[in-house]
Amino acid sequence: MIINVARKELKSVFASPMGWVILSLLMFAFGTQYLNAVNDYFAVMSGAMRPAERTGVTQFVGQSVYGLASFIMLFAVPLLSMRLISEERRSQTLPFLFSAPISLTEIVVGKFLGLVAFLSILVLFIGAMLSTLNIWADIDFGFLLTNSLGLLLMVAGFSALGIYFSSLTQQPVIAAILTFIALFALMMLDRFFGDDPTNILGSLSLTRHFQSFASGLIDSADIVYFILFAVTFLTLTVRRLDADRLRG
Amino acid sequence: MNNFTVEAIELTRLYGGREAVSNVNFTLSKGEVLGFLGPNGAGKSTTMKMLTGNLAPSHGSVKICGIDMIENPKEAKALIGYLPEMRPLYKELTVDEYLTMAARLHRVSAKHIKKAVENAKERCGLTHMSKRLIENLSNGYQQRVGIAQAIIHSPMVVILDEPTVGLDPIQIRDIRTLIREVGTDHSVIISTHILPEVEMVCDQVQIIDKGKLVFNGSIDVLKRQRIGNKLLIGLRNPPAIEEILRISGVSEAESLANGLIRVRYAENAEPAEAIVQAAVQQGWGLHQIAPDQTSLEDVFMQLTYQEQIAA
Repeated sequence: MIINVARKELKSVFASPMGWVILSLLMFAFGTQYLNAVNDYFAVMSGAMRPAERTGVTQFVGQSVYGLASFIMLFAVPLLSMRLISEERRSQTLPFLFSAPISLTEIVVGKFLGLVAFLSILVLFIGAMLSTLNIWADIDFGFLLTNSLGLLLMVAGFSALGIYFSSLTQQPVIAAILTFIALFALMMLDRFFGDDPTNILGSLSLTRHFQSFASGLIDSADIVYFILFAVTFLTLTVRRLDADRLRG
Repeated sequence: MNNFTVEAIELTRLYGGREAVSNVNFTLSKGEVLGFLGPNGAGKSTTMKMLTGNLAPSHGSVKICGIDMIENPKEAKALIGYLPEMRPLYKELTVDEYLTMAARLHRVSAKHIKKAVENAKERCGLTHMSKRLIENLSNGYQQRVGIAQAIIHSPMVVILDEPTVGLDPIQIRDIRTLIREVGTDHSVIISTHILPEVEMVCDQVQIIDKGKLVFNGSIDVLKRQRIGNKLLIGLRNPPAIEEILRISGVSEAESLANGLIRVRYAENAEPAEAIVQAAVQQGWGLHQIAPDQTSLEDVFMQLTYQEQIAA
C-alpha cells in the first residue's frame, strides 16, 4: 500500500514539467561542476610537487561535486516537497486518500518514499557520472558509495522536514520558504557552534553529520542521526494529519 | 449477525462546543438507497465525513457491515466508496491514470484493475474520455470521474455527497439510473437539495436539520404525507360550507383565497363521487376536482419548521 502512494507521488511529479525541469537543471549544474573539477585537478596537481600534497582524483572531484550537490539540495528539496500535502489540502483531494483503506502512516511514508525515490534518481546519476572517471583512472568506489549514501540520507532528512512543513499550510510557497529557512538554520548551526565539540546544538547540525560521509567514513552515529531526523518529522506529520481528522 | 451495511450509533460531532451533528442514529440494509435531505449547514456533509472516516465523531460510532470505523478503519474503509462534496481529482492526470490509481489504492488486485477501470468508465459514460487530462474536462465530466472513482472497487456502501450537481439533465437521469442500479446489490447514501430526486431514487429518506434527525423513514411515508386526504374542488356557484360538510366522509372544508375549496376527509373514505353527485344535483357548477398534493417542498418545510417551534 505504501508503494501505491509512492507511485502516485512519482506519477504526479513526472506528470508536470516540474520534475523533468528540476532533474535536467540539477544534472546540468552537477555536470558542469564535474567538468570544472576534472580540469582543476590537472591544474592543481601539476603544481603540487611533493607526494604529500597530492590527493586522489576521486576525492578531489568527488568532494567538489558532492559538496555542490548537498548545497543545491538545500534549495531543490523544499521546491519538491512543498506540494506534497499543502497542494492536496488546497485542492481538497485529501479525502481521496483518507477514505481509501490506507492508514495515515502509510500515506505519509508513501509520500516520503515517493519524493526520496525521485531524489535518489539524482543521487544515482551523480554516482554514475563520477564512475566514468574509472575509464581514465583507477577510482575509489568506496568513497563514491559513502558519499552517495550520505547524500541520500541527507536528502531523506530534508524531505521529511519538507513534508512536515507542507502539512502545516495550504500554500505550497509558504511550505517551501519555511522548509528552506529551517534547513538553512540547521546547516548554519555548525557555523556558530562547530568550534565547541561538546555543544549539543552543534551536533544537531545537518552539515556536521554529512561531513564524515563526505570524507568517506560511514559512522553509525550519523546514520542514526539522519534516520531519527526523518522519523521524527514523519511522525509529526502523521500527528498533524490526525489532528485534521479529530478536529476537522 | 444482522445484515446492516451501515450503522450509525449516537453520532455526535462538536465544533468548538457547537453541535454540528447531534445524536444521529440510523441503519441501512443491503439493497437500499438512502437519501439525505436538509437545508444548508444542517450537517449532511459532516455526517457523511464521519461515516467515511474522514472525521472522527465526538461521540458515538459508525459500523460498516459490522466493522467498527474507529477500531478497524482500514477494513471498514475498504467497503466504502466516497465522493465528497469537493471532487478529489488530481487534475494533472488523465482519466485512465486517475482511475487506475484509485483502483490500486482501494486494493483492487492487479489482475482486475484494467477491467475495473473499463467497467467504471462504461458505467459513468467516460469511455471516450480515457486519455484526456482531467483538468481539461468540463464540470459535468469531472463529476462523472468523481462518481467513477467511488464505484471502481464495487464497494458495499457507496456514499455520494450531492452527486448530481453540475450535470446536464440527461446525465442526471443516467446517474439516477446508475444509483438505482448500484443500489440493488449494494447500499447507497446520497445527499441532495433536489427533492424530486429523492422521490425518484431513494427507498429511505432522512431529513436532517441543525444537526438533528427530524425525519427518518421510508419514502412511502413521506409520499403519503404529501398526498394526504385532501381534495381541491372548484365550484362556480359555491354553496355554504355547511352544505359540503353534510356530504358523508367529509370531515373539514374551507374556502381558499383563489376561489377553490379544500376538503379534508377521513382515512379510507372516498367522498369524491358523492361530492360530484351533490354538485350535479344541486347545480353548484363543478369545474374542477383533484387531489390536493402538498409539494415535497412543503412537507420538507413543515418537518424542518415543526422542529424549530419545538426547539
